[in-house]
Amino acid sequence: MTTQTKDTLAEALAATGYVADDGLAMALLLTEMLDRPLLLEGEAGVGKTEVAKALAKLDETDLIRLQCYEGLDRSDAIYEWNYQRQLLAIKAREGVGDDAETVEEAVFSEKYLLERPLLAAIRQDKAPVLLIDEVDRADEEFEAFLLELLSDFQVSIPELGTIEATSIPRVILTSNGTRELSDALRRRCLYHYVDYPDTSREARILLSRVEGLDTALALQIAELMGKLRKEDLTKVPGVAETIDWAAALVGLGTKNLHEQRETVFDTLVCVLKTREDQARITQEVTDRLLGKVA
Amino acid sequence: MASVHLDSHDDLGAAVRVSLAGFVRSLRDSGYKVGLGETEDAIRLLRSDIIKRPQRLKEAFRALFCGRLSDWTKFDDVFDAYWLGRGVKSGIKVSGSSSRKTMKTIREMVDAQGPRQETIAGDVDRVPGEEDEPSDEAPSGRREGASIADHLGKTDFRNIHDPEQMAKAHELAEKLAKAMRIRLTRRDKQKRKGPRLDLRKTIRHSIAQGGTPIELIRKGPRARQLRLVILLDASGSMSNYTGVFTRFVHGLVDNFREAEAFLFHTRLVHVSSALSERDATRALDRMGLMAQGIGGGTKIGEALADFNRFHAAPVIHSRTCVMILSDGYDTGTPDQLGEEMARLRKRCKRIVWLNPMIGWDGYEPVTGGMQAALPHVDLFAPAHNLESLAALEPYLERL
Repeated sequence: MTTQTKDTLAEALAATGYVADDGLAMALLLTEMLDRPLLLEGEAGVGKTEVAKALAKLDETDLIRLQCYEGLDRSDAIYEWNYQRQLLAIKAREGVGDDAETVEEAVFSEKYLLERPLLAAIRQDKAPVLLIDEVDRADEEFEAFLLELLSDFQVSIPELGTIEATSIPRVILTSNGTRELSDALRRRCLYHYVDYPDTSREARILLSRVEGLDTALALQIAELMGKLRKEDLTKVPGVAETIDWAAALVGLGTKNLHEQRETVFDTLVCVLKTREDQARITQEVTDRLLGKVA
Repeated sequence: MASVHLDSHDDLGAAVRVSLAGFVRSLRDSGYKVGLGETEDAIRLLRSDIIKRPQRLKEAFRALFCGRLSDWTKFDDVFDAYWLGRGVKSGIKVSGSSSRKTMKTIREMVDAQGPRQETIAGDVDRVPGEEDEPSDEAPSGRREGASIADHLGKTDFRNIHDPEQMAKAHELAEKLAKAMRIRLTRRDKQKRKGPRLDLRKTIRHSIAQGGTPIELIRKGPRARQLRLVILLDASGSMSNYTGVFTRFVHGLVDNFREAEAFLFHTRLVHVSSALSERDATRALDRMGLMAQGIGGGTKIGEALADFNRFHAAPVIHSRTCVMILSDGYDTGTPDQLGEEMARLRKRCKRIVWLNPMIGWDGYEPVTGGMQAALPHVDLFAPAHNLESLAALEPYLERL
């Protein structure tokens, strides 16, 4: 797909069900061209993770996902020895009378190595998409290590030696901004800020994701969501919520939001996820917002 | 001209290279972190055929040169200013000239506290008695130079008039903050025993016993460093203390990687980036640039609401101690303050409220704001002299 231009890439992504804006399509094109990872930042629920999934679908390759969390370390991210099997193997060989070196060699071999996502990602035949999700949740030490891996694409295991990458994965990192990432990591990556989609893009997303939804309703929902996001909410709903909501409305047989105001209000539970928000968006507020929707 | 040392066989014109270099320079001037690697990639981009229109170029450069949201949002301006010649540099100049004025105000607070004395004493009706305080302690202070720190430690900051002494107090406040920081970090490393088995090490050690793991080695979560989030009141009623507190906060933030500082008066400003400057004077200068309108009224409730809404999520985690340095005089409504305090309390581990007025004789936290805030505060402590600041350390260490 090296010959692709930005527009064909955007189209191809749309075919997989991800509607990308111009900037994102360009950024994805550049990751390929410049061999740099792409760092996606944005509010929760704007579809950062979906980018990687769509990309894997597009390239027809595997998606390898590393979910980061506080306290994530090498043994969860790269590799771990299968200790139980190692211990068993040592015991089993006791009677045989092999010398120590043979046992050691046998026990520290590929057979007893447990691959974790990062190691798996560089040992595929076909370059996969590596998604490092919510990298801001991992601690700084891990970030430093990640940086090393992303530039060299090799892992050294003391007992086994250095493992070189058989293929270089396309790397997508996502961050929710719970912690400030280091400048070094930011510099290493291309950057794209994923914002809430505008009305027409959100409507297109809905159309590609929700079955049985007609264009007029999709536009109405997208427009109402845009208005809703401008309200003073504690937890601003993301695209995932919109999709849920649209699916709910379709399931309840809604054709036009204006005609079924009560259903609209009742199904707002799909979108408003805190008690304060639910209290704030009353039937009156919903009606007011609906009034502004075409 | 400069094109002499550019590769002549290159298909990219020297003029383009020169303007690219200029663009990179203007990005750096605007605070972007751009290295040689990025410039090289930009050249590769320009050579390739994916960029045919300026809009494409902007998109591509944006992805390449930006590293954070703030870069992202101002990229349009920088790009347009450089390549399209719109509003060139005027923005930079304006901010530079206006900043000088505010710079002074914060410097004033740090350097010269004496003359401001009367206005503040007027604010708060406490006149008799307090003036005697320093003279009480004066004898011990006058003994010899060595005990000056001792003396300073007990003196209320607002009673230090001598600029030299004030400078000394500032220095001590900063040193104290740094010392606290060092001890707090060291504590983490000693915790090593834990609930889980470290199999890797256990097996390694078992080699000595012929493969039987007799000695089990354990591991546990390493204690995470406490994060401090400091909210410093810089309103008029606090101006006696603002100078020394900023130095104290600078000492904490400078070395504390896990620390964030905010300054508030009628609004809230995030000042951590300014305080990361090592040199105290430069840090204060930069902070002055950011915090305009210092020394006015206070709207603690509103500032906290702003904090909860826009800043709390990225800076607060479960091991965060929020430290509020304020006298609790609020021109907003107590209800709002109480509500926001409750919301903040839910998010963090502890709230420490340092009030310099606790050190005053007969002070009772009776103001509406203070009354509303107190139920949500874990530690309500004085902060009127160096000793009271130092007393914080054991508390923080236990968290």
